[in-house]
Amino acid sequence: MSDKSDNQRSWGRRKVVRALGALPLGIILASQLSWAAPATSTGQAVTDDTVTVGILHSLTGTMAISETGAQEAEKLAIKQINESGGILGRQIKIIQEDGASDWPTFAEKSRKLLVNDKVAAVFGCWTSASRKAALPVFEKENGLLYYPTFYEGLEQSKNVIYTGQEATQQILDGLNWVAKEKGAKTFYLIGSDYIWPRTSMKIARKHIENVLGGKVVGEEYKPLGDTQFGSVINKIRLKKPDVIYAAVVGGSNVAWFKQLKAAGINSKKQTLLTISVTEDEVLGIGGENLEGFYSIMKYFQSQDNPNNVAFVKAFKEMWGDDSVIGDVTQAAYLGPWLWKAAVEKAGTFDVDAVVKASEEGDIELTTAPEGYVKLHPNHHLWSKARVGMWKKDGQAEVVYTSELIEPDPFPEGYQ
Amino acid sequence: MGGYSYDELGAIFAMQGFAGISLFSVLLLMALGLAIIFGQMGVINMAHGEFMAAGAYTTYLISTLTETYIPAFMPYYFVFSIAAAFLVAGTLGYLAEFILIRHLYKRPLDTLLATWGLSLIMQQSYRSIFGAREVSPTLPEWLMGAYPATDMIDIPINGMFVLGLTIFTTLAVFYLMFKSSWGLRVRATTQNRVMAGAVGINTKKVDRYTFALGCGIAGMAGAAFTTIASTGPTTGTLYIVDTFMVVVFGGAASLFGTIASAFSIAQAQSILEFFISGSMAKVFTLLTLVIILMFKPEGLFASKVRR
Repeated sequence: MSDKSDNQRSWGRRKVVRALGALPLGIILASQLSWAAPATSTGQAVTDDTVTVGILHSLTGTMAISETGAQEAEKLAIKQINESGGILGRQIKIIQEDGASDWPTFAEKSRKLLVNDKVAAVFGCWTSASRKAALPVFEKENGLLYYPTFYEGLEQSKNVIYTGQEATQQILDGLNWVAKEKGAKTFYLIGSDYIWPRTSMKIARKHIENVLGGKVVGEEYKPLGDTQFGSVINKIRLKKPDVIYAAVVGGSNVAWFKQLKAAGINSKKQTLLTISVTEDEVLGIGGENLEGFYSIMKYFQSQDNPNNVAFVKAFKEMWGDDSVIGDVTQAAYLGPWLWKAAVEKAGTFDVDAVVKASEEGDIELTTAPEGYVKLHPNHHLWSKARVGMWKKDGQAEVVYTSELIEPDPFPEGYQ
Repeated sequence: MGGYSYDELGAIFAMQGFAGISLFSVLLLMALGLAIIFGQMGVINMAHGEFMAAGAYTTYLISTLTETYIPAFMPYYFVFSIAAAFLVAGTLGYLAEFILIRHLYKRPLDTLLATWGLSLIMQQSYRSIFGAREVSPTLPEWLMGAYPATDMIDIPINGMFVLGLTIFTTLAVFYLMFKSSWGLRVRATTQNRVMAGAVGINTKKVDRYTFALGCGIAGMAGAAFTTIASTGPTTGTLYIVDTFMVVVFGGAASLFGTIASAFSIAQAQSILEFFISGSMAKVFTLLTLVIILMFKPEGLFASKVRR
């Protein structure tokens, strides 16, 4: 009973808000030239000279390892945008919240950022689990989330812009490359046991069996955080695959590569391709344990183009010489810039207008460290896939770069 | 198993056997310190994993310092870092007992809460001091890689190292507990605290050193595990469940039970894992444990302490 009346009340309120929202929108459009929009025109934390955004990553807990780089990159981008004059003449202010590696906390903090702080956009989340937890909040409160991680696809929310690659962008070209370059026919798939590795492996298996005409000789998932790989390594030894295809994450990742090396499996004897190792992970694994193995990513720190050289320099100036930049860190850096482009195109911070501007498919960044990216109407980025070979010093040498790949979050024939 | 020669199967069998023994030594090394504290003192030390992390971070620190200041010492530092890890974790344990635990001996369940709080404090300290990212010490070359026993058999050197360390530590603990006069005092205190006090044993001192010893062994374990995995602020939580599983299954107050339990869990886990997937192997191992504990709630080897 009370449910129903609650529903009706919130429906009514929403309609009113929407109606109110439409009014100032007209005013903004009319006054675009001077950008002198009324201070709180969109119900967001926008004043005449500032606009507030949220950053929502885990600063504590097990995911802090991975998410540190992402929030550092977002702050760098925002600093650079502010130095170049801000957005629509406004300086960006940041409210940072800690997701604490706990998925319900991500939802709660999202609500806090959107409802209490009324931020114009949020840059954040890392794991698929945290995104899935925060998603209903963003959809209900009509917020805007820029999500930086490469992920399993099968999602396209109006309220999210995905700046990392979806699974097919990352996986297919890398598999083609290893089949062609290494003549690989047999594959052993191993990953951590949760949604991203399992979905990615499903796509990989379909591609290997149906497109490449190869064979999957083993598929294995280890519980998250497991550090014992002895038995799996023996199984792999027995199957003698041409390629080990790995998506092991977190602390397990380090154990996996250390134990591979300890078991005498190295790049001289075995081709290994992984979709879960970036420069960040190499810090923990140690370059000497990875030497000669391959990663498929869209970005490597060693990329030698002017955009990236400037980006790496600025990043190290802000966060220290020891810092490394991985794929997700770079994708996180794109978030604020993509938002800036969309806001300036829309001429307002209003979420609906910014999303609409983003969906027209012509927002591009020629200054992206990875080279060039373009926003597809399906909220994902056109981007290239690259294969990097790891060196002892923890950097990768890019040995293959694909063409610009169209994002396809719902790939036909791969589900 | 069609298509494989006998040589190959033999090699796999040998290496799989070693994988099991290697897992056994890891589990035992983790559980020894906890078994001493839990078994002898009845304190449920939830911060056990964090004392392991303390040892691992000590190793990392020493590795970094050695690399910067005396690179020529690199091949040998690891042995010293294990001793240092023992001392650092032991000292931390000594302090923890002095400041926190000794006030709670009469409230065993509160020690559970207090040590859990301690573990959170330690985790956050690691995060503040060493950063949230995982670190790995640079290991000496001789520790990495494999020893090719035959053409087809590769035995991981770090596995052998951990095995050796475990055997050494176990023997040392047994000597301390059952042959030294200090061990006699510990056992006396465990069996009857009031009586032990009456015959002139300083039971408070015994408690403090027992706790410190348990934590020190945890530190050694942490140092040894840097060869197989990485170190982060929350590394300890990865091990704590397995550690408790070994101690509880073995029977809380029995060191021999701990060994037997580590051995059976490790063999079950690694043999199952060879035939079914890793997650399912864990499920079956845990299910078996639950069923056995339902019939033998005291664990494999119940203590024969008079209550």
